[in-house]
Amino acid sequence: MTASLTLVLLMAVLFGAGIAVMLERSLTRVLIGFLLVGNAVNILMYLMSGAPGLAPILGEGVDEGEISDPLPQAFVLTAIVINLGITAFMLALIYRSWWLAQLGAKGDLVDDEAELAEDAEEAADLIRSSAADDEAIQSIIDASDEEFDLDEELEREASARDDEGSRQ
Amino acid sequence: MTATVVPLVVLLPLLGAAVALILGRRRRAQMAVGVAVLAAVTVIAAVLLVQVDATGPAVVYIGAWDAPWGITLVVDRLAAIMLVISAIMLLVVLVYSVGQGIADQHRETPVSIFHPTYLILAAGVFNAFIAGDLFNLYVGFEILLGASYVLLTLGGTGERIRSGVTYIITSLVSSLFFLSAIALIYGATGTANIAQLSVRLAELPQDVQLILHLLLLIAFGIKAAVFPLSFWLPDSYPTAPAPVTAVFAGLLTKVGVYAIIRTETVLFPENDLSTLLIVIGGLTMLIGILGALTQADIKRLLSFTLVSHIGYMIFGIGLSSVIGLTATIYYVVHHITVQTALFLTTGLIERFGGATSINRLAGLLKASPLLAILFFIPAMNLGGIPPFSGFLGKVGLFVAGAQGAGAAPGADAAGTPSWLIWVVIAAGAATSLITLYALTRFWNMAFWRRRDELEGYESVLLGSVLEAPEGATVTATRTTPVLMVVATATLVVVTVCLTVFAGPLFEYAGRAAEGLSDPSIYVSIVFPGGTR
Repeated sequence: MTASLTLVLLMAVLFGAGIAVMLERSLTRVLIGFLLVGNAVNILMYLMSGAPGLAPILGEGVDEGEISDPLPQAFVLTAIVINLGITAFMLALIYRSWWLAQLGAKGDLVDDEAELAEDAEEAADLIRSSAADDEAIQSIIDASDEEFDLDEELEREASARDDEGSRQ
Repeated sequence: MTATVVPLVVLLPLLGAAVALILGRRRRAQMAVGVAVLAAVTVIAAVLLVQVDATGPAVVYIGAWDAPWGITLVVDRLAAIMLVISAIMLLVVLVYSVGQGIADQHRETPVSIFHPTYLILAAGVFNAFIAGDLFNLYVGFEILLGASYVLLTLGGTGERIRSGVTYIITSLVSSLFFLSAIALIYGATGTANIAQLSVRLAELPQDVQLILHLLLLIAFGIKAAVFPLSFWLPDSYPTAPAPVTAVFAGLLTKVGVYAIIRTETVLFPENDLSTLLIVIGGLTMLIGILGALTQADIKRLLSFTLVSHIGYMIFGIGLSSVIGLTATIYYVVHHITVQTALFLTTGLIERFGGATSINRLAGLLKASPLLAILFFIPAMNLGGIPPFSGFLGKVGLFVAGAQGAGAAPGADAAGTPSWLIWVVIAAGAATSLITLYALTRFWNMAFWRRRDELEGYESVLLGSVLEAPEGATVTATRTTPVLMVVATATLVVVTVCLTVFAGPLFEYAGRAAEGLSDPSIYVSIVFPGGTR
């Protein structure tokens, strides 16, 4: 049997790389590994058809010995379709597991009401924290009022106004 | 002409799946389609069984392309009995899941894809049984595996995905092994037709045969969960919905066993690995059952016994004698029904008792004597208590082993030392006893123990909230739907029938094994005028 050395090398590289990647923990890498090894197996199957020949269509004046073996090509096509289906399923599975890892089982159950309640709570938190900030600033200002004399106080008030002006 | 109906066993489920998918929004119509299709397949399979037994194997050349070129479907006695028993089992489990679905308001089987996927799984299983072509066998495997991935991760909860990933990756690797093996076999022989391979593989050098043989055995061994390749199974099966687990446990591993039978009898009858198979069979039995001993959860316990009992079949195949294969075929049929019945009963226990763990179940005998009977019969059956088929199957295997060991002092016909066979027979007996121990322990705790002995229990049903993997589903209904009980009871009756009609069944298995004893029989089925 004759076979293309390039294809043999390609197959070997795909097998090696695929198996190496498949041993990783991450599901996505396992999928990539599966794709590589799957294609390596497809090339292996294609190699088994022997030396390339004419298109496998028997017509007038076509010698049976000249055409390439169509059966492995049919096998490879079937295997590619199967791999496609499995890959689609795996991608869905990976997305799903990512979704669950990000949100937990609750990820599916976030409904409008809960979301509204969560929003309201966040808003309330924001108001509460900004009110606390305001109070703290006010108390600092009050404290500074008592300690310093008038000139400095005037200066401070001016700078505070400036600050406010710049803030606005 | 009966042969013309052979493709229907694959076509009907596939068409049924398409129809069920179209009827996605109408659950009752979906159920009707599923049940009708599987009932039809059961009838067809039964007709085929009778016809094949009476007039010889049925062969169909798809598209009238003759054997080496086209796709060949072969139904011999072995394929016929596998078709019948798996069709019955799939039908019963579907009825069970319909009952469960109605009661749960479809929470366990929440999506409209359950019925189509289930039918596709059935098509894949049937296709694998009747494939007369190695590549068609691969396609059958892929159909059933693809469907099983979906069924195992049904609903997409975190737990199911976690356990499903183990199963999926393992299966993918085994498929890659299988496909590589097909590629290499094609390269070596230029054909994928099993009958033609039987002739051509024998002409290859022994070492090349050995490599191809081992590649196929690894691929099928992963699917059948044979010992060193079995660790994925107890982790992935128990989390699925009860009917799905029942189908997987009963059927999917047996498809692997079936493929191993074909490999050993038709593809590589000359290339002898029987010693390896016998040793692996013994190890599978012992290691599987030792795992079962430590499990508190009945689903996991049953998964381990499942692995362990695959060992018996591998042992029977390894004996490579007609009587060994006879006992194996009987055992496969017995194990499909009994294991499925046990898993279905477990589903009932989960509903009724609210848990599957030994630590949370008690007083079930008083609460539901019917449930107790439904569990007791298959449990004793699996444990190998005398009147039941489990006992008969094991005795058949031991007799076959003893004959193999006695054939020639020191070494039997297949070249396995007789002491080794005796050791494995002893291991088989021990495994049977340990199975009995594990199951009676569950029986004692869950059925005989009084409820008030359950430490720190508040209510048996309350426990389900914490214990059951799908907390809400189990407590949703306290009643156990009649349909589920009827389905389980039907399967238990079938297991009893295997005992009552053991004589005719053993004779049939004997004739099936006779047909496998010489690969030339299979070759002459596919090539009536001789090969080449």
